[in-house]
Amino acid sequence: MISLKVNGAVQEVDVDPSTPLLWVLRDTLGLVGTKFGCGIAQCGACTVHVNGEAVRSCSLPVSAAVDADVTTIEGLAPAKDELHALQKAWVEIDVAQCGYCQAGQLMSAAALLKTNPKPSDEDIDIAMAGNICRCGTYVRIRKAIHQAAAELNGGAA
Amino acid sequence: MNKISKTTLPTQEDLESLFEKYEAHAKSLVNVDLSRRSVLNLSGAVAGGLLLGLFTAGASKRAQAARGDFEPNAYISISPNGRITILSQNPEVGQGVKTSLPMIIAEELDAKWEDVDVQQAYLSQEKFGAQFAGGSRSIPTNWMGHRQAGASARAMLVEAAARQWGVSTDQCTTADSMVMHEASGRKASYGELASAAARMPVPETESLKLKDRSEFKLLGKYVTGVDNEKIVTGQPLFGIDTTFPGMLYAVYEKCPATGGKVASANLDQIKAMPGVKDAFVLEGNGNVMQLMPGVAIVADSTWNAMRAKAALQVEWDESEASKDSWTALSAKAKELSAQPRGAEVVHTTDGIDEAFKGAAKTVKSFYSYPFISHANMEPQNATAWKRGNKLEIWAPTQAPGNLGNFGAWSFLIDGLGFAEENITINMIRGGGGFGRRLANDSVCEAAAIAARMDAPVKLTWTRQDDMLHDYFRAGGFHALEGAVDENGKLTAFRDHFISFTTDGERGVSGGSMNASEFPAPLIANAEISQTLLKIGTPCGPWRAPGSNVFAFAIQSFIHELAVAANRDHLEFLLEIMGEPKWLDENNPYALHTGRAAGVIKLAAKKAGWGRDMPAGRGLGLAFYFSHAGHIAHVAEVSVGAGNKVKVHKVTVAADVGPIVNRSGAENQIEGSVIDGLSTFMNLGLGIENGRIQESNFDQYNILRIPEAPEVEIHFVDSDFAPTGLGEPALPPLAPAVANAIYAASGRRVYSMPLAFGGMSA
Repeated sequence: MISLKVNGAVQEVDVDPSTPLLWVLRDTLGLVGTKFGCGIAQCGACTVHVNGEAVRSCSLPVSAAVDADVTTIEGLAPAKDELHALQKAWVEIDVAQCGYCQAGQLMSAAALLKTNPKPSDEDIDIAMAGNICRCGTYVRIRKAIHQAAAELNGGAA
Repeated sequence: MNKISKTTLPTQEDLESLFEKYEAHAKSLVNVDLSRRSVLNLSGAVAGGLLLGLFTAGASKRAQAARGDFEPNAYISISPNGRITILSQNPEVGQGVKTSLPMIIAEELDAKWEDVDVQQAYLSQEKFGAQFAGGSRSIPTNWMGHRQAGASARAMLVEAAARQWGVSTDQCTTADSMVMHEASGRKASYGELASAAARMPVPETESLKLKDRSEFKLLGKYVTGVDNEKIVTGQPLFGIDTTFPGMLYAVYEKCPATGGKVASANLDQIKAMPGVKDAFVLEGNGNVMQLMPGVAIVADSTWNAMRAKAALQVEWDESEASKDSWTALSAKAKELSAQPRGAEVVHTTDGIDEAFKGAAKTVKSFYSYPFISHANMEPQNATAWKRGNKLEIWAPTQAPGNLGNFGAWSFLIDGLGFAEENITINMIRGGGGFGRRLANDSVCEAAAIAARMDAPVKLTWTRQDDMLHDYFRAGGFHALEGAVDENGKLTAFRDHFISFTTDGERGVSGGSMNASEFPAPLIANAEISQTLLKIGTPCGPWRAPGSNVFAFAIQSFIHELAVAANRDHLEFLLEIMGEPKWLDENNPYALHTGRAAGVIKLAAKKAGWGRDMPAGRGLGLAFYFSHAGHIAHVAEVSVGAGNKVKVHKVTVAADVGPIVNRSGAENQIEGSVIDGLSTFMNLGLGIENGRIQESNFDQYNILRIPEAPEVEIHFVDSDFAPTGLGEPALPPLAPAVANAIYAASGRRVYSMPLAFGGMSA
């Protein structure tokens, strides 16, 4: 058995240690918000936080996440009835088209704002370049990150 | 078994006729003839609310039991607690219909949008009419019927209130899910009126008073997607999220060259791998749209299935498989392009040859583009569950209905032996469509695998599967010739289009041009001809089929002609349009030259056409008409050292009639610009020995955020019937950028994508 801490809860899973974290989250723990896109860490759809850092869970063996804090899109909101500022901005700006990549986009954006609370367009472009959106919602992603950053920095957008 | 050469693959004609078939089928089933469409009151069957049509399959059965011969076709239910449920009829794949279609109903119902809960409709073309996502048709097909459905419910609520208050219905008004009687100050909520309204007669369609456009409160506003909260919190929503207790996980390996069969495979070794429940060969039925031969592996997790697939060794019998080589096909096409006229003349005019001989100036050019993949972010997948003689499917599909060979149903019925009434297909939100999910090959595979298992089975394609086994957008070649007179006016145009056929007779999707292709119908001397090369690589509809490549070749060439004639491109294009008129008087979905000129002028004005640009920077203009949408783009581009191209901004003007959801409409245009730019800059596939050469996103470079330009959007406020926006804003992007590159650098882009070296010296 492997012990994992996902979204604050300790979970015991009986899987091969080489299994990518993505499939433990989706198939074993039923947390299907984290998405499969490419399997080779190229598209970012599977992005989660491991000890606060954005990682591509499709290419991280679950054994590497033992004793770490794993946060998935299901655990991004600070409380049950409260969305993260990024989630609010994503809803209000209506970022999504198909929506499939957006969990990964949000997790990458959340990692960015932790280290850079007031990112420029260029900072956003660099931090978000690992996340593909096939529908092309990049214009709104930039806008939503700026809006969330403004809210986190004291309200005035 | 059918041979590969006899397989059914969609041509562009097939696709158009498919959509028409869907719509005709719908009419025959539910009498969608708008003037005669009736909304059925089913409230007698349920307690305490107004129910127009039905919103669950369970309710449907109850209603049918209670009322015998009811065939409900509407979408609304109102509960006494005031909640209004509206069903969204068509599959959602990112085009926004799950929000926009219910908005149309809510507008005429005069419902407060916050009171509305939207649910995905179940598949029942008898009850809802055509249920598919394709051809940018959801809005134009359903605009009037949805308005009438909303207006009927509103009329019944008003009737109920008027009777309670003993006043005339004429004296009542509605707003925000309330009926009001201004003279007496009385008002009642839709929830309060629901039970009484349920006993009111359903009004005749002819008696319904629809709103004037000036009275719209919801339509045209920025409304956010109804699934947004689920998307941002990672709730199960997509086909691939389907999960059942005891579910098994499958993968399926097919020959990398289409048409190859399994000669042998190391099944014993695979069956011994961790978590593997079974592994077996499926022979398939030879139909590329349904089930091709391969090896299925079923395991207790996706990872164990994928791990076993990586260890799978298959010897393929490729005697009937595709041997296509893009290198060889390109060389052949180049050779053929020396002929100004192709094997089949689609359109020609008398004196075409003389028109070129007598011209003041002529230009000849050769344009080309490669095959590309749909690359939906959500890989193809489907979940199937066989229980006794019943089969249930959960699939992210654009075409869930049964309409013959185009789709899964004929295989599920004839190939697997399920009776039509024992098959249920649930349409689940899809992570991107773009035409790929009009085919249901993954549904057939999942069903064929699940038919052999005693558990629900989810089939997931790897990204490699998805890229190798697509219905590709075909590559193509255009040998173009144009002539201008001494006044610089376009006098003759000729296109020898070289494309592909898989059946040896008809062009693949996007592989046939027709006589109405711009600018042929607008000038005196024009010719369109084509030559088809036989291939085995499957092709299919890719967002704005045909248009997405014809626009690049032809609208770039029009600019070349303007340059050759020493004319301003804007003026040259407007001159071709001429006087405002419909190209086909009887077809409101045809090109209208006045609407075309309108968007061309608007885009040019908003982008500052004609302003001085610094060295290395330029503006490029392009117009294209497709899917009933008139769209013009102006791209602002710089070309720097080493010919590095940067697209700074794209200004878009669109005339698609009144806008339903402004946010959704702008999102489709922003996405079309970026999708168009992605294909123009980066995307192309090689094919050798029948095998697609790229297999994942490390080789297939979908545009990323640093390359995304600013997009500015302007809509023409027109009174024409509204039309769809899933596709028409994509085609003009490539030529607008190509023309801007020329303006900035004097270099012409003759071949997409730019990354493959498509720019002239």
